[in-house]
Amino acid sequence: MTTPANTRTVVIERDIAHSPEKLWRALTQPHLMEEWLMKNDFQPNVGHKFNLRGEWGGVLDCEVLEVEPLETLSYSWDYRHEDPAYNLRSVVTFTLTKTATGTHLRVEQTGFQPTQKQAAAGAYAGWNQFLEKLDQLLTRPE
Amino acid sequence: MSKAHDTIFRTLADPTRRAIFERLCRDGEKTVGAITERAGVSQPVVSKHLGVLKQAGLVRGRQQGRETHYSAEIKALAPLVDWTGKMTGFWEARLDSLEDLLKRMDQ
Repeated sequence: MTTPANTRTVVIERDIAHSPEKLWRALTQPHLMEEWLMKNDFQPNVGHKFNLRGEWGGVLDCEVLEVEPLETLSYSWDYRHEDPAYNLRSVVTFTLTKTATGTHLRVEQTGFQPTQKQAAAGAYAGWNQFLEKLDQLLTRPE
Repeated sequence: MSKAHDTIFRTLADPTRRAIFERLCRDGEKTVGAITERAGVSQPVVSKHLGVLKQAGLVRGRQQGRETHYSAEIKALAPLVDWTGKMTGFWEARLDSLEDLLKRMDQ
């Protein structure tokens, strides 16, 4: 697969002291997802389109890409902004592996930003404005 | 959130310190005296803030004669404006909430 040069990946891995069955429920049941992630209208069906609504007012456009119960869950994670420079197109994949003590969880987000200017897609609600200001400062010549 | 982010956020959370830092970003190198003129606080207070900024790697000092000239280390902010840095912090915090939820689900 060819990827644009400005594709980036974030990987977070954790050993969770709970069974894959339980973790899977937290990852796929809307009322549980809302408790740890965001308000949503998720359904665990490939092709289902849904939104994640952040407390900071941002709305993410998502589409379910892969559902392998107890193993893999993947959905797109797009943020549209009127300024195209702040758009983010990405895919989030949760991979579960059963371990002796629970579950190893790997979260990978691979994203593509159309320009070098940085996205405000993060959820640092109160910091976003500040970060944008810093971003403007950073893009000035030194 | 990573330790580096944590330090930068904590350092810049103080409005006076942030104003000093933003001014150095905007106007370039300045002496403590020049910064104090427009900081609205006394010179010892400015020096203290500069010390904290320096420790966080956000400013550097250049000795010239008896005066130190301070300038912003804008590169130190790179991890914050990169979305991968932001998202790493985001996911770490979300997964903390997820683990809390899993604990509650036992009850």
